[in-house]
Amino acid sequence: MTGDKRDLWMWSAHRISAMVMAPLVLVHLATMIAAVQGGLTAAEILERTRGSVVWAVVYLLFVVAASVHGAVGLRTVAREATRWRGVGLDLAALGIATLFIYLGGRAVLGVVL
Amino acid sequence: MIGPARRHAPYWAFVTQRVSGVALALFLPAHLWVLGLALEGEAALDGFLRWTDQPMVKLAEVGLVVLLAVHMLGGLRILSVEFLPWRDWQRTLIALSGAGALGAGALFLLNVF
Amino acid sequence: MGNRELSLSVWRGTETGAYATYSVPLAAGQTVLDLITQLQRTREPSLSYRFACRVGMCGSCAMTVNGVPRWTCRTLVSDVAKTGKLTIAPLRNLPVVKDLVTDMSGFFDKWQKAGGRFVPPPEPATDFARIPPTDEKRRTVDAAIECIGCGVCFSACDVVAWDRDYLGPAALNRTWSLLNDERDADELGRLRAVAASGGCRSCHSQQSCAEHCPKELNPTAAIAGLKRAVLAALLRGRL
Repeated sequence: MTGDKRDLWMWSAHRISAMVMAPLVLVHLATMIAAVQGGLTAAEILERTRGSVVWAVVYLLFVVAASVHGAVGLRTVAREATRWRGVGLDLAALGIATLFIYLGGRAVLGVVL
Repeated sequence: MIGPARRHAPYWAFVTQRVSGVALALFLPAHLWVLGLALEGEAALDGFLRWTDQPMVKLAEVGLVVLLAVHMLGGLRILSVEFLPWRDWQRTLIALSGAGALGAGALFLLNVF
Repeated sequence: MGNRELSLSVWRGTETGAYATYSVPLAAGQTVLDLITQLQRTREPSLSYRFACRVGMCGSCAMTVNGVPRWTCRTLVSDVAKTGKLTIAPLRNLPVVKDLVTDMSGFFDKWQKAGGRFVPPPEPATDFARIPPTDEKRRTVDAAIECIGCGVCFSACDVVAWDRDYLGPAALNRTWSLLNDERDADELGRLRAVAASGGCRSCHSQQSCAEHCPKELNPTAAIAGLKRAVLAALLRGRL
């Protein structure tokens, strides 16, 4: 795939991940606002998420979408603010996405298992 | 050099989107790592959550909520500008997203203290 | 009313140079172009600047006035020199030839690169294309067609300043008008041109172009149309 084609798919992934995340962010915001009422404890969080397939799926989807979205977004900012271009930059973006997915996957496992 | 040329609302919407995006991307790994503490057991996560009980941290959390809400609402506006047929009232969406984000922040603020 | 004086700073030089400042008398109803012409004819014969029609039709006199790109023949001095100071510079984002004259060739090269040229079908037309004025695509074209290539939008755009490859609002706006032209025969070539790096995806919808266009066009809207067309073509495997 040429650099141009990669660039085009990344832009599309950025927009599509944004569409996927819109409802997820709403859920997340609502959950947070409800959860902090009366103080936040680990027990309260885990009671909601432990053993829940629904939360696992929701949060995994959120993690993947956010990782793609964030990595591509940061890549665009780097392209416009610096002279960084080409395969090196694309690999860095891939690295960031991978890191986010790793940390996120770990977090989801942590609260679901 | 172009001072006066940057006062229109869509320009500020862009700046807000970029700044909030980068801020969230920097925050995300920390957030995911903290949640991953649950893998070490409930006590590990609870230890961290107790640290967040301070007023300054709670204020910072309000800030994060506003950043997330503003980025999401701004993003929805961009999606509507790019993927729905152009309507001039879409510029009003900028004001609405700002208001919506502040609303989300206010709701969180009221509940976290 | 009395003779009022204005402090007029004008860029002299090429990419390097300096502002030369003059104290000039103000007359009622003067445009910025009037001031510059007066300056060149009475005090600075070596000053270089561009103009043609003087009446807001050709776009040749576009310059940066107090930081804002605009047509100097359509800018009243009284509107922009409220603090008694006027600073005139060449258009941003274009190489400076001399003083207030920029090299527009890069601007037009990008126009071509964006697919901004009509491509007729391989068979010559045997009859006129009948397109009613109320046709939706025709209306879309009408909204974008009045561009005269003055470069103000190109100069106003921050993405053009940040990204050398970016084709810019004027070029992309023209491509959008051709994409909606029923008679045009190179839809795919045009889509490929604007889907490439430096194409429509680089736009962040800041709308500085629409904000400054003297003909009140909206390149941001045109570019949004291109984005829709590009994503649709990509997902259908056409690109």
